[in-house]
Amino acid sequence: MLIFELSHTHRRNPSQAPLDKADIKAIPEKFRRRTRPLLPEISELQAVRHYTRLSQKNFSIDTQFYPLGSCTMKYNPRACNRYAMLPGFLARHPYAPDTLSQGYLACMYDLQEMLIEVTGMKAVSLTPMAGAQGEFAGVAMIRAYHESRNDTQRTEILVPNTAHGTNPATAVMCGYTVREIPTDEHGNVDLATLRAAVGPQTAGIMLTNPSTLGVFEQNIKEMAGIVHDAGGLLYYDGANLNAILGKVKPGDMGFDVIHMNLHKTFSTPHGGGGPGAGPVGVSERLRPFLPIPVVAYNGKTYHWLTEKDRPQSIGRLSAFMGNAGVLLRAYIYAKLLGRDGMQRVAEFATLNANYLMKRLSQHGFDLAFPKRRATHEFIVTMKRHAKEPGITAMDVAKRLLDLGYHAPTTYFPLLVPECLLIEPTETETKEALDGFIVAMIQILHEANTDLAFVKAAPHTLPVRRLDDVKAARELDLTWNPTTH
Amino acid sequence: MPFIPHTENDISEMLHAIGVSNIDDLFDEIPKDLRTKDGLANISAGINEMEIGRLMSVRAEQDGHPLCFIGAGAYDHHIPAAVWEIATRGEFYSSYTPYQAEASQGTLQLLYEYQTMMASLTGMDVSNASLYDGASALAEAVLMAVRANRASNTKRVLMPRTVHPIYRKVVHAIVKNQGIELIELPYYPEHGYTAPESLTKYDNDDITALVIPQPNFFGVLEEVDALTDWAHQHNALVIGVVNPISLAVLASPGEWGTPDNTGSKPGAAIVCGEGQPLGAPLSSGGPYFGFLCCKQEHVRQMPGRIVGRTVDLDGKAGFTLTLQAREQHIRRSKATSNICTNQGLVVTAATIHMSLLGPEGIERVAAQCHSNTLNLIDKLASIPGVIKRFDRPLFHEAVLQLPCPADETLIKLAEHGLAGGYNLHNDYPELGHAILICATETRTTADIETYVTHLRAILAS
Repeated sequence: MLIFELSHTHRRNPSQAPLDKADIKAIPEKFRRRTRPLLPEISELQAVRHYTRLSQKNFSIDTQFYPLGSCTMKYNPRACNRYAMLPGFLARHPYAPDTLSQGYLACMYDLQEMLIEVTGMKAVSLTPMAGAQGEFAGVAMIRAYHESRNDTQRTEILVPNTAHGTNPATAVMCGYTVREIPTDEHGNVDLATLRAAVGPQTAGIMLTNPSTLGVFEQNIKEMAGIVHDAGGLLYYDGANLNAILGKVKPGDMGFDVIHMNLHKTFSTPHGGGGPGAGPVGVSERLRPFLPIPVVAYNGKTYHWLTEKDRPQSIGRLSAFMGNAGVLLRAYIYAKLLGRDGMQRVAEFATLNANYLMKRLSQHGFDLAFPKRRATHEFIVTMKRHAKEPGITAMDVAKRLLDLGYHAPTTYFPLLVPECLLIEPTETETKEALDGFIVAMIQILHEANTDLAFVKAAPHTLPVRRLDDVKAARELDLTWNPTTH
Repeated sequence: MPFIPHTENDISEMLHAIGVSNIDDLFDEIPKDLRTKDGLANISAGINEMEIGRLMSVRAEQDGHPLCFIGAGAYDHHIPAAVWEIATRGEFYSSYTPYQAEASQGTLQLLYEYQTMMASLTGMDVSNASLYDGASALAEAVLMAVRANRASNTKRVLMPRTVHPIYRKVVHAIVKNQGIELIELPYYPEHGYTAPESLTKYDNDDITALVIPQPNFFGVLEEVDALTDWAHQHNALVIGVVNPISLAVLASPGEWGTPDNTGSKPGAAIVCGEGQPLGAPLSSGGPYFGFLCCKQEHVRQMPGRIVGRTVDLDGKAGFTLTLQAREQHIRRSKATSNICTNQGLVVTAATIHMSLLGPEGIERVAAQCHSNTLNLIDKLASIPGVIKRFDRPLFHEAVLQLPCPADETLIKLAEHGLAGGYNLHNDYPELGHAILICATETRTTADIETYVTHLRAILAS
């Protein structure tokens, strides 16, 4: 039942709107709306019940183990939500004067400083609103840097073929062409190809380390040397920062610019698709180009750095100063963890992943890189099982849902056939991992005894497998009272 | 160990199973000289929930609760208690992007309902599932218009100076490396709206798109019909930038322009804006959400996620992400945008918010904001030296001219717990000592009197 189907003309919630209908006669007729928008006319209880019921149709971290690779679905502490939603923070207008903003600015300044320390970069801007916008800021800074040196022949960004789709899409938005670099059989970037690919046209390279294959890029220092010697810069995609938090700093690996996904590593909620926060950190030479605003402290008060202070900045990426409420949640999380807690994140994320990898391989699952350590995640390939008995990665994913586990990431990275990218995170107990292993064993057993049953999964959810082709061919994107 | 559940026993069993003697061995593929040695010396030790609660309460209180008369793109509206109570349920709060549709029907159906509401509010056929904020949504709308207008070869976009100045900066920052030219359009200095005559200069040019803000940054209503007609006659796509609350009383962008002989109006092709007024607290500027709607013919040029209704194996209705071939995770360098994460949770709140207000509620909110702002201007303009700058119809914001520099006046107002307005001096120096003010439905007559009293006293001294 859609909310619109609950609607009855003239039903309303008087307590949620002004008591009287104010006069709008000062707005001439020609500017006015003529037909009412299609919004539901329902009671408050109907709305509460409808959306509460909808929520119950979702899997979430709060209700299920959610080992979605590359997404870091760890526990989102409730304290972060409560204290980011204190009335004083919610009421602050983004354009409130600095004199009425010192509490908020202090949190943001502290967060900047913590992110500088944990990444080994020299300066941070918190303003990008998600990972992809952080990537945009990073590549735009690389471009601004080259242009500031009148080095205008650099037209190309290198991207490994394992990269997230946001990397090549971002490079294009910044006006670059993309060259893909292949991966060797151990999951590392192919150094010989990289050497041959760099040149005076190279603006930079975008790397995720650990890579999306769930392994640490062992030749990172050589790669940094190759790209830097060619005059290019190194961009670090922080999607997998959880794997190395407190263990290795991107700044020490030779990266010039990084973005962080605070909705991954710093445990802010994913909210069914967002919001995130994608702060960027830079080495000294890129500092002048950071997106604004940035928070500064003069020993007494906090204030914003703007166009006047940063004339070479790539500019502004949001109407205000980024996803403030997300940044507050990340700050609270970082304070709760402190220096020791941050180092434990990588340690236990890695422990959980390696344990799960080992156990699954002992129970008949094939690893994409059996000779490598898992980082915070690893890849199981169903290639062999897809041939015999015929169970694909998709089938495993859908059957896991029946058994109460969210599926791992499927079919990414693209170069591993039938892949399941599994990231358990550090906040899961050993029992949760053992339960998942039992479910995986059961699914493999079912594939050998009743394959059709597995291929028809899920069986216990609100809907069965959906017709995606119909969805794309016969577009139905809004409800229409006359045709539905 | 905060949020890490492992006992000593768990750790030793797990290490034994893996076949290593300690956790450090699991990092043995990382070159030793890269390993962090100082143990994050500049980060303090962790604190517990009680202590962080104390720290955050102090800082939140420090910023006070000023009486807010600033708008400028973010508005202090009443939000029903149920909105965030439900939006922060764990099943919405801690779920991921609904890629596994069968396990995400709650989020997907809600997004389909959201798309329906937004398309109807804006008078468009379709909506996406959100972008980051209003400013970045305008940047995406400009990029989308350049892709969608195949009749145009120039990538030239007309951008009125009455569009939010920060939006214009954001658009510039995002599109500047793609060969797009943004051409500013002037406004009438005495009226505060874009002069339709200023378009005649481009009568013989190839213009890709025209941006039309309604209401504009000054709160003033633009001549949307004349502007839309010009764009329609010159094969330029109209991009409407609108306030969603205003759409309860103002013509939707789908209704802009003069009807043809069949009664159909040209309307905007793309509509975007800031979703914050629909249930997001001010919260220092975010998280909010950007909305983006368009006519059906442009849907394949849309950036961001879109939800569609389809059927499952049993023929039962269900919801799924669709048209994913536009997106970066499929199309990579040829995607319509690099956007991945959007503002899902805030859209969840907005959908619940719109459901609780309904068409009558949202209309009352819009009318009350309009009425309160008129009242505010009348009262403030009665203070000697304070002048209402523009004489045109407005929605819920207005420009006031002060007899002395705006920044000093605003700081003095802040000392009395008043967030008195947005200083226009940096963006519009030609307006002199001018501020932009707003009184939403949450400001009472007494609040307005408080503002008047303090401003009168400050200006008198």
